[in-house]
Amino acid sequence: MGSITLEKVQKIYGNVEVIPGIDLTINDGEFVVFVGPSGCGKSTLLRLIAGLEDVSGGTLKIDGRDVTDIAPAKRGLAMVFQSYALYPHMSVRKNIAFPLKMAGVDKAEQDRKVEAAAKVLNLTPYLDRRPGQLSGGQRQRVAIGRAIVREPSAFLFDEPLSNLDAALRVNMRLEISELHQSLKTTMIYVTHDQVEAMTMADKIVVLQAGNVEQVGSPLELYRTPRNRFVAGFIGSPKMNFVEGEEAARHGAYAIGVRPEHLALSKESGQWKGTVGVSEHLGSDTFCYVHVDGIGTLNVRTSGEVSVHHGDTVYLTPSEANIHRFDKDGMALR
Amino acid sequence: MATKHSRAAARLMISPAVLLLLGWMIVPLAMTLYFSFQRYNLLMPGMEEWIGLANYQYFLTDPAFFDALINTLLLVGGVLVITIIGGIFLALLLDQPFFGQGVVRILVIAPFFVMPTVSSLVWKNMFLNPVNGLFAHAAKALGLQPYDFFAQAPLASIIGIVSWQWLPFATLILLTALQSLDQEQLEAAEMDGAGPLSRFFYIMVPHLARAITVVILIQTIFLLSVFAEILVTTNGGPGTSSTNLTYLIYAQSLLQFDVGGGSAGGVVAIVLANIVAIFLMRMIGKNLEA
Repeated sequence: MGSITLEKVQKIYGNVEVIPGIDLTINDGEFVVFVGPSGCGKSTLLRLIAGLEDVSGGTLKIDGRDVTDIAPAKRGLAMVFQSYALYPHMSVRKNIAFPLKMAGVDKAEQDRKVEAAAKVLNLTPYLDRRPGQLSGGQRQRVAIGRAIVREPSAFLFDEPLSNLDAALRVNMRLEISELHQSLKTTMIYVTHDQVEAMTMADKIVVLQAGNVEQVGSPLELYRTPRNRFVAGFIGSPKMNFVEGEEAARHGAYAIGVRPEHLALSKESGQWKGTVGVSEHLGSDTFCYVHVDGIGTLNVRTSGEVSVHHGDTVYLTPSEANIHRFDKDGMALR
Repeated sequence: MATKHSRAAARLMISPAVLLLLGWMIVPLAMTLYFSFQRYNLLMPGMEEWIGLANYQYFLTDPAFFDALINTLLLVGGVLVITIIGGIFLALLLDQPFFGQGVVRILVIAPFFVMPTVSSLVWKNMFLNPVNGLFAHAAKALGLQPYDFFAQAPLASIIGIVSWQWLPFATLILLTALQSLDQEQLEAAEMDGAGPLSRFFYIMVPHLARAITVVILIQTIFLLSVFAEILVTTNGGPGTSSTNLTYLIYAQSLLQFDVGGGSAGGVVAIVLANIVAIFLMRMIGKNLEA
């Protein structure tokens, strides 16, 4: 009860094509993440689906029903905003009950649903507080609660975790994932953080400049990126790209090697370089190695390896995990 | 104010201003109180004497006093209702994007810069005049009998003039408040199924509550002392039908030369203004808390 289909959906502001035309199918119950750099049109796309922006061209279908020109409230979607957009003058209870009240649900039913949502989200002790008296994470949960009670066919999240501190972000990430497991409702989640995309998504949609670069499961994107943009965007730390002679040796314009697919040795290896910076995270060590004729490569090694600035080291790429790209940045297979 | 030392210094530095303001207020207040217990008529110099509460007795039992009291409340209430409802409506319109927005906003604010005497005279002679006024011309063009506003509905006419002056103020304050409303809240309400009216009453009006409170408090202070508009248009008449408390005190002390009676009226006005202030703060003061 929540499949969404976009057919040639366009958005044009004045004479700027923000979204030149997107085809996308989101299946019922999927957790889809739109990811891309700032200004890639991912939030605009979400707002088009929500109905908060008018579609300039193309059709948008929810469960096979054409909703291109239908008011946001009638689409049966619920949205969680980046700023949470809670109503500051209403108590948490009234905030959560607001969509029910607007739908004309009777008072007893409202109370029952609000209590149920509050229980799921651990908000019961805070029901009579105002949003201003809550912490960031609690406000986030109220916003989710307000979305849940409507029993929408799909949830839309617009960078919901970007205002939270790092520890809370990890917690909320888990909570949203668990919520998806228990509700089995379609969720569309917009983020610029590829870690959130990788950890939460069933399906990732990578966007750049209003175009879909690639659609696939997290591991699909990680293993077989379609082009250099996706290869560089998915995976942390970023993939290393090497052009020129080394790439030509592999029959490509450029090759890409992920930091975790480079082996570091102090004795021997394919490429010789000096360590610029080494970042010791405990579990891992990231070394930025300057290699003559190739450039700076980021290498991931275990936390036990001790290398320091100025050390001479040898790097060997794992041949099976080298990604090859042509001149236009498309992957060669 | 970080330290004890800086607090003490701040108190010391601010004290001259506080003392000056206090003196500025206390001296006239004390003199008014003193005169209000005197028989003090400018037509009978040298006859001043202590007469206790007689001035108050005369002022409060004067039939004009009760009329003036009702007129004052009608004037304040009427103007508040018109400016706040009209102000919200204008602010909503001006908040929409349209061509020439900046110029229109300045034009809307313009009436506030016109002096009360000037605007009242313009209204009196160019709009409301039963012979030469614009409304009279309009009525005649339609074949109707021109309406003599100041004779038939003097208080309503004055309420109209004063509202015209204060509408820009209310609009300005409410417009800035409206602009500070988070757009995402409106979008969230839209997603939640709230129509335009529901969005207005559930999201915008609560957001405007504080601004409306500010408008009510500030306007009430100034509207209790409306004077110039009455002086240049109706002179409080016909009879006492457009006399407010301020005008009654003026008439008492400067038209009847009864300084003692006027002072008693002034003290009564102070007490009444404080009663109004207490009621206002009780009713809407909570909106101003964080």
